[in-house]
Amino acid sequence: MDINLTIIGQSIAFAVFCWFCHRYVWPLFANVLEERKRTIAEGLEAAAQAGRKLESAARQSAEQLDEAKASAAGIIEQANRRSAQIIDEARQQAQMEAERIMLAAQAEIEQEANRAKEELRAQVSLIAVAGAEKILGRAVDQAANEDMLRQLAAEL
Amino acid sequence: MAAAGAESQTVQEYIVHHLSYLTFGRHPDGHWGFAHSPEEASEMGFMAIHVDTMGWSIALGAAFLLWFRRVGLRASASNPGAIQNFVESIFEFVDNRVSEGFTHKNSLIGPMALTIFVWVLLMNAMDLVPVDWITGIAAWVGEHVFGFDHMPFKIVPTTDPNITMGMSLSIFLLIIWYSIKHKGLGGFLGELAFHPFGKWMVPFNLMIEIPTMLAKPISLGLRLFGNLYAGELLFLLIAGLLGLWQLPAHFVWAVFHILVVPLQAFVFMMLTIVYLNAAHEPAH
Repeated sequence: MDINLTIIGQSIAFAVFCWFCHRYVWPLFANVLEERKRTIAEGLEAAAQAGRKLESAARQSAEQLDEAKASAAGIIEQANRRSAQIIDEARQQAQMEAERIMLAAQAEIEQEANRAKEELRAQVSLIAVAGAEKILGRAVDQAANEDMLRQLAAEL
Repeated sequence: MAAAGAESQTVQEYIVHHLSYLTFGRHPDGHWGFAHSPEEASEMGFMAIHVDTMGWSIALGAAFLLWFRRVGLRASASNPGAIQNFVESIFEFVDNRVSEGFTHKNSLIGPMALTIFVWVLLMNAMDLVPVDWITGIAAWVGEHVFGFDHMPFKIVPTTDPNITMGMSLSIFLLIIWYSIKHKGLGGFLGELAFHPFGKWMVPFNLMIEIPTMLAKPISLGLRLFGNLYAGELLFLLIAGLLGLWQLPAHFVWAVFHILVVPLQAFVFMMLTIVYLNAAHEPAH
């Protein structure tokens, strides 16, 4: 075996190559792999977080839905009550109105009757006088019988 | 795949040619230059460098790192392309092995494991290039351009013990460095001297522990070298001896070798991680 300077040359080359690899090659790949590892870890973490968020959002939406249902039921009930109340009120009002119209009509009828009576009363003396004149065949002095006529009218 | 334009070569010459290195070094007379024969190369002794394996080693390592850096600079965390995915899967494979095997804090271990794995994998994979393609072209260029007859040109760096031992001895130095750093010099020496049999058996303990310690880098480097060298040698024997029958034989051996190439790169990386992890353990 011829051992010669080549062994020293190879040792130097080995040292230089190791140094070069250590300084200029290894870190490039170490960094890339490290970065990729980090990216994947971040991605997984983000996915887990998104899952948790989704869960909480689903819970929240269910809660809100329940709340909305409850409030809608409340509103419907209130509306029902209110509508019943309005119908009641309307009915009462209509009854009152009807009574009022009836009373007014009765009052008018009474008034009309009174007026007719008054008119009749006013004309009764004339009729009585005319009747008497017919019966007696002569004029009756209205003024002289004023008392009797007024009494007659008052008895009507 | 037989040696191009080398009818005159014997099988032995062919194999020797393929197992020789393109060596640049100091000749015995003192001047520096290429060795033109295996004899000249061995006369140079230690003061020589294998231009071919060293060059391929550096070229492959640089290509891998620059390519990874290019991919890394364009990498996107959210939208990775096919090439990025491929590089990332290698990165993650190594990173997982490191986090399983290395239980201490040291930011150098990951990059070192990645460098070892991919670099050794690429160097081993050169074994799958048919043995005469690049070597043949280089020999032709050497002969016709530089007037260099039978220029050797080895393209599989991990069949050169200098390459594998260079790495494993670097790792051995790191083992010692981190052992002393984390156990203290006393702890480090104590582990050598007082295990496994306590303080009355120090010489015996040293006799066991020191070879154990030395065996780590040597076996680490030689395992890789031996596997690849044997694979290469078998390719050469197939190419040199079987004539036309080499085609199916090459295919079968290449398929086996596809297993060896990543396996040896993986073993080298895993053992590095394990040894360095042990070096980081506090003294006990």
